[in-house]
Amino acid sequence: MKSGSNLEKVLEAGHFSVTAECGPPRGADPDIVRKKAAFVKGNVDACNVTDNQTSVVRMSSLAGCLLIKEEGIEPLIQMVVRDRNRIALQSDLLGASAMGVRNLLCLSGDHQKFGDDPQSKNVFDIDSMQLIHMAKTMRDEGVFPSGDKLQGALKFYIGCAVNPFADPFEIRVPRLKMKMEAGADFVQTQCIYNMDKFKQYMELAKKEGLHEKIKILAGVTPLKSAGMAKFMRKMVAGMDIPQEVIDRIAAEPKEKQAAKGIEMCIEQINELKEMEGIAGIHVMAIEWEEKLEEIIGGAGLLPRPVME
Amino acid sequence: MITGTPKPIEEIMEMLDPYDNIVLAGCHGCVTVCRVGGEKEVQVLASTLRLAREAAGRTIKIREVSLERQCDPEYVEQMRPYVTDYQAVLSIACGAGIQFLAEKFTTTPLLPGINTGFLGVTERQGEWSERCQGCGDCVLHLTGGICPVTRCAKSLFHGPCGGSVKGSCEVDKDTKCGWQLIIDRLVALDQMGNYGKLKPYKGWNSSRDGGPRRIIREDMI
Repeated sequence: MKSGSNLEKVLEAGHFSVTAECGPPRGADPDIVRKKAAFVKGNVDACNVTDNQTSVVRMSSLAGCLLIKEEGIEPLIQMVVRDRNRIALQSDLLGASAMGVRNLLCLSGDHQKFGDDPQSKNVFDIDSMQLIHMAKTMRDEGVFPSGDKLQGALKFYIGCAVNPFADPFEIRVPRLKMKMEAGADFVQTQCIYNMDKFKQYMELAKKEGLHEKIKILAGVTPLKSAGMAKFMRKMVAGMDIPQEVIDRIAAEPKEKQAAKGIEMCIEQINELKEMEGIAGIHVMAIEWEEKLEEIIGGAGLLPRPVME
Repeated sequence: MITGTPKPIEEIMEMLDPYDNIVLAGCHGCVTVCRVGGEKEVQVLASTLRLAREAAGRTIKIREVSLERQCDPEYVEQMRPYVTDYQAVLSIACGAGIQFLAEKFTTTPLLPGINTGFLGVTERQGEWSERCQGCGDCVLHLTGGICPVTRCAKSLFHGPCGGSVKGSCEVDKDTKCGWQLIIDRLVALDQMGNYGKLKPYKGWNSSRDGGPRRIIREDMI
């Protein structure tokens, strides 16, 4: 075991894994995290805690991880390279590991222009690829990038993210390969709506044998309404929502669109479960954590396996 | 070249408020090429300031000069004989030129008349764009002649990120994705072998992060 995390154990045992995400609050109220945690508990193998996603200031990912850990959920810390240089990143890796966080997701981070402090300075000292490499070096070789030894090993199951729907499409699989080679143990994908394109992506990934070298967790986000779908397609760079998906949810009367969104999400998970090379599902129910049990249970993925 | 944009006239007027007798100094270097700080701009700005001052019920005496370069001591020294006759110098050279004047003329206040921009190129008449951040460690031979540090909004070394859509950067549809450009160029040059390898962490100490930089060429001293 590289980290001994529950997520690692579930995946290594060959179970189809389930992860979800909790966005920390825009404030210091820990009860908001605890309330979300109650919806997550028992439904996942690990739960991502986002790191100032879309550059909107929120409670830190590490604090959120510790709060959900107290509630009995295994945390997965997201770490972006936008706001911290390599000194701060190494320090936070040590701190998170010391506090018992065993899963890590290495990300670039959305540009600060999207957040509420567009005038802030960005860092990007190293990129997400190099953060993966840095975490792996610190974990497996027990040394800092400087070569100095760590006092106490770093224990992380190391993850990365990919967006199979961004351009240019031809480099998306080579880029996943690079992340795998840099040290990623698992990958969580951007929300999938365009299943045809995702299948194309998976075919290329399988050709490279990547599904056998890295655990691929397919990302899904249930749509609350046709309006949300249209908004995401327009506003989120690299978000590919085909017209037929929007048409399907838009065909429902407004009050039934949320239920339809959940039905479509479950349908999609069932399809992903059957796809060769998909090791798990990552459910990003954005500010809709209360629906996790319905979605994950609806897809026949409950109860979650209990690992030794 | 080093590019720049003129400061709003209101901001310049505010800076000039304590003064009635100034030098307005242009530069024949980069800022002439990007049409923000050359001889012609000195004339136009001086006239504008005089008129604005008159409209405000005051006058201002402006000596108009344009140095060959404000970043070289030999040209800067040309101002020494008369600079102390004036209350301040308004410079429309780049930040380097303005600072160099300030260093040389220690008792005269220096005012910036432009906002210095970036190291860039002329796309067409009236349009300039950034190409180089002067990071001190060039990798253009590996990236198809397109700089990832400058052209990628996140300065990624293994891009493009997930926000690259149809050739545009997530930051702005009108900004090209630097990594899309790099990939296109590497494909065209049959150099995609350069892509796909993990690059060492960049040493930013050769950039401004190492502190203000100096170049010393022993062979020239």
